Amino acid sequence: MICSQCQDRDAVVHLTQIVENAVAQVHLCEKCAAERGIETSVSAPANPLGEFLQAAQQQAQQLPGDAARCSYCGTSLREFRASGRLGCARCYGAFEQSLKDLLRRVHGSATHVGRRYEGSDEPGLERGATLAELRGRLDDAIKTQEFELAATLRDQIRTLE
Amino acid sequence: MPLDLTLLPDGGVPWLTASGEHADIVLSSRIRLARNIAGFNFSSRERDGERLRILAQIREIMPRVPSLARGMVLRMDDLTSTDRQVLRERLLVSRELAGTEGGAEARPASAVVVSEHAGVMVNEEDHLRLQVFRSGFDIPGALQAATRVDRELGAHVPYAFHRDFGFLTSCPTNTGTGLRASVMVHLPGLVLTQEISKVLQGLQQMGLTHRGLYGEGSDVVGSFFQVSNQTTLGRSEEELADHLQRVVKRLVEQEYAARKVLARDAGYIIEDKLWRAYGTLRHARSLGADEAMNLLSGVRLAVGLKLIGGLSIYTLNKLLVFGQTAHLAHAAGRALTESEASVARARYVREVLANEGRSDG
Repeated sequence: MICSQCQDRDAVVHLTQIVENAVAQVHLCEKCAAERGIETSVSAPANPLGEFLQAAQQQAQQLPGDAARCSYCGTSLREFRASGRLGCARCYGAFEQSLKDLLRRVHGSATHVGRRYEGSDEPGLERGATLAELRGRLDDAIKTQEFELAATLRDQIRTLE
Repeated sequence: MPLDLTLLPDGGVPWLTASGEHADIVLSSRIRLARNIAGFNFSSRERDGERLRILAQIREIMPRVPSLARGMVLRMDDLTSTDRQVLRERLLVSRELAGTEGGAEARPASAVVVSEHAGVMVNEEDHLRLQVFRSGFDIPGALQAATRVDRELGAHVPYAFHRDFGFLTSCPTNTGTGLRASVMVHLPGLVLTQEISKVLQGLQQMGLTHRGLYGEGSDVVGSFFQVSNQTTLGRSEEELADHLQRVVKRLVEQEYAARKVLARDAGYIIEDKLWRAYGTLRHARSLGADEAMNLLSGVRLAVGLKLIGGLSIYTLNKLLVFGQTAHLAHAAGRALTESEASVARARYVREVLANEGRSDG
């Protein structure tokens, strides 16, 4: 969710205001919330220099994060931020920290408490999944011309087949 | 060859019968579960042939999945855009799967499995989207049925599941349970008494969201709304379903109360408006899609208020779904222009109503 004031940064403060019997929701980023005098858990910087340093620090942290890629499907955090779609199940591991924050913001929790999946009980299909996985990685290895890896993967596939 | 809709179990729309509780207000209750198969990239990033392999895997295991064993597999890329839209109008596939926006092609190897127990969209945003509909107001019944299908299917297909995050989905807004519980509700009383915006705001504060009848991106027409849970993580399937059930129960009570107010304070004005809607549907020679939906909304309210007798909610449900453009085109056997569809719609509605609906006015 984007800050309703600056329309730029992510909203982290969610206010419900009642104005003349009408309920209005306001979503603000830390900075705009601070400007309105709303306290957040992270205190607003006391001086412009501090603000600058904090911004610089955040930027330094953000850039390598954005470039991070899922080693399995190749989706980058930047691509995910742009599309809102992850590339594969392993992206959840690759972007774990960013996702935890996002899930908390979206759902109010980052922990599943519902039904747990016990796995499929067809041994052949578990193998099928592994095979599918290996075949996918083989395709990728050929595309990126990593022939040594491709040979290893091919051997693994043959063994399983 | 056009799709033979008679081959679909119950036409794929068993909920039309209006056999469930409060069926005049709650058209249907639905549970949708988003699932992905371990080892494959998500649909948006599929590698060559992955979608085909997923579809092949589903076809292969179907005979061993009791809930789906007698189901039909319809490949979206084998169907005409009219037929895909017909499935959309029956709510069997999402807008994304139908791929009919702007004349777009269907996604290769995307499909829907339709059985008498459940529907499964294959290669949608997630590999599998299971959905179960119940007629009227019955979220617990839909959840029970959906859980059964999910367990059966999950025993044969390895789902992508994470210890902390639960069922993994392409979009993090579905992560966790992957569950979307929704009801289609008709709230003309709250709309006419102008209570609706307050009520909808209240829903939002209780973690529920509302849309038009056809879900994401569809407009609210004829006071028909879809209400569903907004979050999927941090609460169990039962908690999510139970929360929706409780809030919608209150919503239904509010709608009944609003109807009482209408009948008391605006009796003849409302009565006149609703009979006019009925008259138009009985005699019009051309009906636009939104116009028909608004008029059907009025007649539905009239039946609920017992102003018009002898007309069943089942008939009104059928008119609502089968009177839509793709259904009319399917029946005509060719694509229709907007004005042709309006004429066909008016004829269809007249024919159905001529056989039913005795007036007591």
